[in-house]
Amino acid sequence: MDNLYRDFILEHYRAPHNKGYLDPHDLHFADSNPTCGDEMSMTIQLDESKGRIADVAFDGRGCAISQASASILTDELRGKSLEEIKAMDPKELLDELGVPIGPARLKCALLSYKVLQGAVRGSEVAWPKEAEAVAGA
Amino acid sequence: MAVQQAIPRARRGIPGGFSGSALRADFPVFERQTRTGKRLVYLDAAASSPKPRVVIDTMSDAYAHHYANVHRGIYELSEDATARFEAARRKLAGFINAPTERECVFVRNATEAINLVAYSWGRTNVGTGDRVITTQLEHHANIVPWQQLCAEVGATLEYVAITDDGRLNADDLAAKLEPRDGRSPRLLAIAHVSNALGTINDVAEITRLGHEAGALVLVDAAQSAPHMPVDVQAFDCDFLALSGHKMLGPSGIGALWARRELLEEMPPFMTGGSMIIRVTLDGAEWNEVPYKFEAGTPAIVEAIGLGAAIDYLTEIGMDRVREHEKFLFEHAWTALSEISGVRLLGPAESELHAGVISILLDGVHPHDVATIFDHEGVAVRAGHHCAMPVMLRYDIPATTRASFYVYNDLDDVEALTSAVRTAQQIFGTGN
Repeated sequence: MDNLYRDFILEHYRAPHNKGYLDPHDLHFADSNPTCGDEMSMTIQLDESKGRIADVAFDGRGCAISQASASILTDELRGKSLEEIKAMDPKELLDELGVPIGPARLKCALLSYKVLQGAVRGSEVAWPKEAEAVAGA
Repeated sequence: MAVQQAIPRARRGIPGGFSGSALRADFPVFERQTRTGKRLVYLDAAASSPKPRVVIDTMSDAYAHHYANVHRGIYELSEDATARFEAARRKLAGFINAPTERECVFVRNATEAINLVAYSWGRTNVGTGDRVITTQLEHHANIVPWQQLCAEVGATLEYVAITDDGRLNADDLAAKLEPRDGRSPRLLAIAHVSNALGTINDVAEITRLGHEAGALVLVDAAQSAPHMPVDVQAFDCDFLALSGHKMLGPSGIGALWARRELLEEMPPFMTGGSMIIRVTLDGAEWNEVPYKFEAGTPAIVEAIGLGAAIDYLTEIGMDRVREHEKFLFEHAWTALSEISGVRLLGPAESELHAGVISILLDGVHPHDVATIFDHEGVAVRAGHHCAMPVMLRYDIPATTRASFYVYNDLDDVEALTSAVRTAQQIFGTGN
């Protein structure tokens, strides 16, 4: 158990980075995890070229895994181009979480990734195949 | 056929007269250890129940030695299969005290039973400007079919409000049942037991009020039929839906009970083989009830398995099942209430609360709770329990739900409270 709820996961959960709502913003997207109904939104400000992320924030409530994942993911986005973000591999996020995520919790871990992809693409994207180990409720 | 059963005789001094741990010997699933090497503490009966060996054995015996299609073959094996299938229907009728087994339609589950009513009865009896009434504590299965019906025919769906402690608001029920523009509501669709809160509704009294107001009454018994006596004549309701998989039976089988005269009037829901008397190129004539509603080859062996589950429950006695779960509920409610940072949903009175407890832990999301519980060998459900309106009512995303059944005992209650403390320790909450 201590494997999954390592201190750094709990720290991100208790004091998530980049939590809130950016106003104004260039991109905004919200999505939910069908297994629990948790919702997450992301607001993104782009730089002057409108091609790179200047600032990002996420909001919503969720479990430690989804909140830590969003906190960790959003920490890395500033300065990235939209193309780089579209090309992101969800496996990298799972690796960065660095804890064993069982099949029942993969959607928790990847909700932030799904919301981010929805935001940069302007419409909802499918769950990455890494999250499909179990079907939604 | 070798069937092991540990159903004990009633013993004095034990609520329900039997011990859950003794009954666990009847359920092969409890032979397995969890991946963390713990004893499996199964507290998710409200989602689906484990199967006793007698159900599994009866089904394999049916497949091995008594299987053919039903209601058609003019040969011994088919007659044998038909007799077993129809015997299961009679067991079901007895279990819910239906006046006749002809009023019992086999379906896949309670969801299909409710959909059958919504499509067949609903599309012929609910029209523009009519009202259908359900409640805020329903499972989605008793909401979405009515939303679809009302949207399609131009009717209105209204929800009876619930109180802070998860009961139906009696004043709101009375108000919703009032005629509007001189028209009575057409249907009141209500759960006997809430799957998300555990609330037990007084369906006999609610049915009386519904009938007084001129509405028919559908009872969703998916969460009650497995756990307490269900009597359609005492309830005096018009429709009742249940699922076999929640009451020790197999998945893929459930039942709709409805008054004979309603079933006679209702058009078929699905059409095809079995449900006709004769078919010409111009049309078809429907078979008698309940076969009119059982198009195609039914879930033969699943029905026989459900019959075995009913025998098992009947041998214990549904009054004893209820008493046993009430005892576990009272202990769990008291023990959990004593832990700081724990909030419990639903009525505190055990007379009004089935063996289902929705738990909230301050500062720990239900998903994390369930993962930590899983590590402790405690299987619970975390989520909205297919009752999102309930979650909206209390402004929560989800709950952790523990639900008891015949094989649970006080050790399981202890495992539950201990898992709550573990979750609080890991998250540094509680005391």
